[in-house]
Amino acid sequence: MLKIEARGYESKFWRYASPILALLLTGATSGLIFAAMDRPPVLTVYTFLIVPLLEQDGFQALAVKAAPLIMMGVGLSLAYRANVWNIGTDGQFTLGAICGGGIALAFPDAPSLALFPAIVAGGIIGGMLNGGLVAWLRIRFNANEILTSLMFAYITQYLLVYLVTGPWRDPEGFGFPQTALFSDNALAPRLIEDTNVHIGVLLAPLIAIALWVMLEKTLLGFQFRVLGQATRAARFAGFNENRLVWVAMLISGGLAGLAGVLEATGTLGQLTTTLSPGYGFTAIIVSFLGRLNPIGVIPAGLLLALTYLGGDAAQINLGLPNAVTGIFQGILLFYLLGCDILLLNRIRWVRSKPKAA
Amino acid sequence: MLRRQFTRLVGAAAFGAPALFRPAFAADPVKVGFVYLGPVGDFGWTYQHDIARKAAVDHYGDKIKTTYVENVAEGPDAEKVMNDLANSGHKLIFATSFGYMNYVVNSARKHPAVFYEHATGYKRAANISDYNIRFYQGRYVQGVIAGKLSKAGLAGYVGSVPVPEVVQGVNAFMLGMQSVNPQARMKVVLINSWYDPPKEGDAAKALMDQGCDIITQHTDSPAPLQAAASRGIKGFGQSTDMAKFATGTQLSASTDNWAPYYIKRIGDVLDGTWKSTDTWGGFDTGMLSMPPFANMPEDVAALGTATIADIKSGKNKVFVGPIADQSGTVKVAEGTTMDDDALSHMQWLVRGVDGKVT
Repeated sequence: MLKIEARGYESKFWRYASPILALLLTGATSGLIFAAMDRPPVLTVYTFLIVPLLEQDGFQALAVKAAPLIMMGVGLSLAYRANVWNIGTDGQFTLGAICGGGIALAFPDAPSLALFPAIVAGGIIGGMLNGGLVAWLRIRFNANEILTSLMFAYITQYLLVYLVTGPWRDPEGFGFPQTALFSDNALAPRLIEDTNVHIGVLLAPLIAIALWVMLEKTLLGFQFRVLGQATRAARFAGFNENRLVWVAMLISGGLAGLAGVLEATGTLGQLTTTLSPGYGFTAIIVSFLGRLNPIGVIPAGLLLALTYLGGDAAQINLGLPNAVTGIFQGILLFYLLGCDILLLNRIRWVRSKPKAA
Repeated sequence: MLRRQFTRLVGAAAFGAPALFRPAFAADPVKVGFVYLGPVGDFGWTYQHDIARKAAVDHYGDKIKTTYVENVAEGPDAEKVMNDLANSGHKLIFATSFGYMNYVVNSARKHPAVFYEHATGYKRAANISDYNIRFYQGRYVQGVIAGKLSKAGLAGYVGSVPVPEVVQGVNAFMLGMQSVNPQARMKVVLINSWYDPPKEGDAAKALMDQGCDIITQHTDSPAPLQAAASRGIKGFGQSTDMAKFATGTQLSASTDNWAPYYIKRIGDVLDGTWKSTDTWGGFDTGMLSMPPFANMPEDVAALGTATIADIKSGKNKVFVGPIADQSGTVKVAEGTTMDDDALSHMQWLVRGVDGKVT
């Protein structure tokens, strides 16, 4: 029979092999589901993961989709390392877009050199404000940040709907729930002309590298890791847990806010009632797939971005329903968490012993 | 798909002609794409579009091949989806939500040989047509029935987002009601969403608490109808015949029938006669219909049927003056009819309506 037994140490090999195993299992399981739906499994997985890249502008679309996922995933891996379970990045993303978008709408004629940095700063501050509130509630009232951060995601969404259908609605827009288009000065600079490839595509990997350096090479990063792995040890060492909670929430919130404001000014060009197609929640998968390592988050973000594009491709080419994207992401997270058992345990075949009489 | 693209490419190279100008073989179906805002589901806006897509498939059989992409957000993703459809050989693309408008324009500019059809929008180009239904005609008929049936002379209207189309519906309902009961009034709650069952239901309850004894809705779920049914109050379905959700209380529904339009436009592409047009069809085109009137006395049902006939024949143009707004200002003078342009910008409410558009 199969037996799970503790290794007594963390396997270096499985640390990197476990997400790959999870990916393979996800591919196999979704292949089975596709087969059950009378679709050729290999072709379907191919359509889902490869076809989007072969399409015209495929890589550009991928980079634009991945940028916010990477930014948020990086922030989350930092927070999760410290056992700060921020799951409300969707809300921080939205508040960032609201704050930055508000500046864009208020000063459409300001020169771009001043306006765009102000918008970005507004976005970051918006995300930090949301994240900071969560941190404060945890520290002051010991409120569970999983609940509060998730609830803030709803609150900010309703705030967005209120603004876009109320005071910020485009007066020229015939009542449609959207703000005026941002002026050209407010739009995120493009890396490639006439495309959606905005500056965030460049910023996302730079941020990932910066956070990796912070986490791996600085005292603050060391404190984060100790706090996550051994809370009591961190206390004995005199690390200020509250300060780390603050930093984790401000950084993960600020990065989500940055992602939000770049999405608003980079790809949308206005605020509407739906800004995020669930980026904040997908970013949770991204951070785990990336092993809570900011560098690992980069390929993880690209892969999850690919599942969004793959969902469209599967609909266009194979007539599969859109729910396939969600199923694929869900299976992936399931196996990711499941395969982690191999980090600290091994599975061994042991001969069943005859039962004692 | 890719293999086909590849063979097409090889074929084109072999014939020494670009793929675009390759003559279509009889066996080659024309590909038609549909972009949906929601999941197809069992009722509502997207469901009606998908019924029409299936009707077109039944009508043309092997001559066409349809593809739909659901849950496409009204953002840059929509443009990418339309570009992908165009790049994968779709000749005609139906974009079925207003918010796709700017993305339709962008995608159409990049693919001049592909025809785009945009529902409920107002931007056109050589390869973009607009199409919509005169939903307000159905609202007027609903209003006539409500005016006859409401004992309190007070109807409740669960509205969505105050775009001109919704405002037209509110006003047409009020005018219909007042045509049979000049004292009639109605209350409007806007929930600022097209689909949010809990909110829709709560809005209906709030309206009933304020004394409304007929409920109608311009939102996508049966929740208001069901909330009304739970108190024995009658109402109207939206987009789809929702009788199965409220058998004993649904009076009728305004049903969207996109099929005649889709079949016509796909036929135009097959014949090579597609041209950019602007279609706003009502009862007369079959794009709007009402399921059989139910749960009402026969004379009221007969009046409803007669009202539909009058609108269909053009005898009743619905927005005929004098019409005053909430402040009493005459917006449509006696003897005049609002034109389509004014209708498509409507942002004021008729006198008797208790509610706001902002």
